[in-house]
Amino acid sequence: MHPDGKLLTMREAIERFVADGDAVAMGLALEALIPFAAGHEIIRQKKRNLTLIGPISDILFDQLIGAGCVGRVIAAWIGNVSAGLGYNYRRAAEHGVPRPLRIEDHSNFTIALGLWAGALGVPFLPTRSLLGSDISRGADHLRAGTSPFDDARLLYVRAIEPDVTVVHVQRASADGGCHAWGNLGVSAEAALAGRRVIVVAEEIVDAEVIASDPNRVLVPPYRVSAVVHEPGGAHPSSVQGRYGRDHDFYAEYHVTTKTPDGDEAWRERWIAGLDGRAAYLAQLGASRWSALAVRDERLAAPVNYSAS
Amino acid sequence: MVVAGAREIADGDVVFVGMRLPLLAFALAKRTHARSAVGFFENGIVRDRPAEALLYTMGDPPNVEGASMCCAMATVMGLLQKGEVDLGFIGGAEVDRFGNINTSYVGDPSQPKVKLPGSGGGADIASLAKRYVVVIEHDPRRLVERVSYVTSPGNGDGPTWRQRVGLPRGGPSAIITTAAVLRFGDDGQAFVASVHPGNTKEAVREKTGWDVAFAADCGLTPEPSAEELRIIRECDPQGYWTS
Repeated sequence: MHPDGKLLTMREAIERFVADGDAVAMGLALEALIPFAAGHEIIRQKKRNLTLIGPISDILFDQLIGAGCVGRVIAAWIGNVSAGLGYNYRRAAEHGVPRPLRIEDHSNFTIALGLWAGALGVPFLPTRSLLGSDISRGADHLRAGTSPFDDARLLYVRAIEPDVTVVHVQRASADGGCHAWGNLGVSAEAALAGRRVIVVAEEIVDAEVIASDPNRVLVPPYRVSAVVHEPGGAHPSSVQGRYGRDHDFYAEYHVTTKTPDGDEAWRERWIAGLDGRAAYLAQLGASRWSALAVRDERLAAPVNYSAS
Repeated sequence: MVVAGAREIADGDVVFVGMRLPLLAFALAKRTHARSAVGFFENGIVRDRPAEALLYTMGDPPNVEGASMCCAMATVMGLLQKGEVDLGFIGGAEVDRFGNINTSYVGDPSQPKVKLPGSGGGADIASLAKRYVVVIEHDPRRLVERVSYVTSPGNGDGPTWRQRVGLPRGGPSAIITTAAVLRFGDDGQAFVASVHPGNTKEAVREKTGWDVAFAADCGLTPEPSAEELRIIRECDPQGYWTS
């Protein structure tokens, strides 16, 4: 293998592995580890007619919808966790602005089960959730059924297989190995279900570092299409052990994007007018960025993997 | 609201905490009367110890530090489905007299007047927890006769509805509002159990979107104790959740 293995720049990774019309899973650890840098590059490259897959996604999906990249969402919740509603999502769902949006509603559990079904290679998984909820009424992807063993009422959740799954992690190696820790939500099942996987890492380490702790690996390295080194790439979301969540950024976004003009200006300032994450962090400013940095260490006790 | 929420948590309960205000209610309960309560968060966190810093979201790093377990969402949701969660908290845009919650669409879902964010884990908690509590602003547009869309199922249209649709257990046990605490009767409908200090029954009636009943013994919600207030101020010194 080339010494750089699967290492690509963000621009190359999105160019090569995200196509117009793809179903893209991202924002899979809920409020943490959201791959904002990858989403911003998708916006810069003007990808179109994407299907976005993710449980709650925070403001990332709202940004992609506002930029006109999205034709359909498969999600449990889209908005702004700090402020509530996402204005771009509302404009698209209520008025078709900037484009009409098809919405495939899920709960967090059913989207997790759909991705697990995709990961396990079965057409559906059953649940006892959402019986009687209007989310499942007439839905093509959620169908009523019964247990063949005890006649219990069930809901069958159709498998979800993303064309590409994007995960943000603490560290990865050039061969596609990666370690992630903290709250991971549906990251593992989405990375197993995706046809292609893009790993965005805060830090690139030697493959031996990853191999030293195989229980912490999110997805088998052979499934990974690209590894992107993008420090700070999850801001304003948090990365355990590296930086905290920038709560004010979400509040500012909420205020600024209330009108289409405000949204346009926000996108120009933070995405379209910048050439990548380094410029974004420079614009954020050193003092604001360093205030979010984790300073203390709370290291896990080592574990012994030796076989001899 | 925070104190009333915390008081719904019994010692030893497994609690599905959810978003926003219940984050602080759980922190308060853990430091007062429910020290052995266990917290579940849908991003895959299980906590026995309260977090050491104020949580703005369940995914904040202080909620991972010192957690009892970090796992997949399907793991905590699976335990919820298995019947191991005693109490869940849900916020909402609209709740009706049967405890059904709408967080999805105002108006026709194919042409919504307002598109709300959606279920998140709320519909799973409402479906599968042994009991759930709704936390909501007291306003006639929020406490409505019937929700137009049931995101999170309550008692449907009456006391036998949940069984009829196949839900395994559970249902709403309280609605905590900015003005009152409502509980549920044998008919599956919410009634006012107590009114918060500073509110009157008349004001609560006017602010409720249906002709709400009052408990025969409906009095004032007990005031927060000095100890509860001290702990809230200690956990949330800037008043992020309480101002």
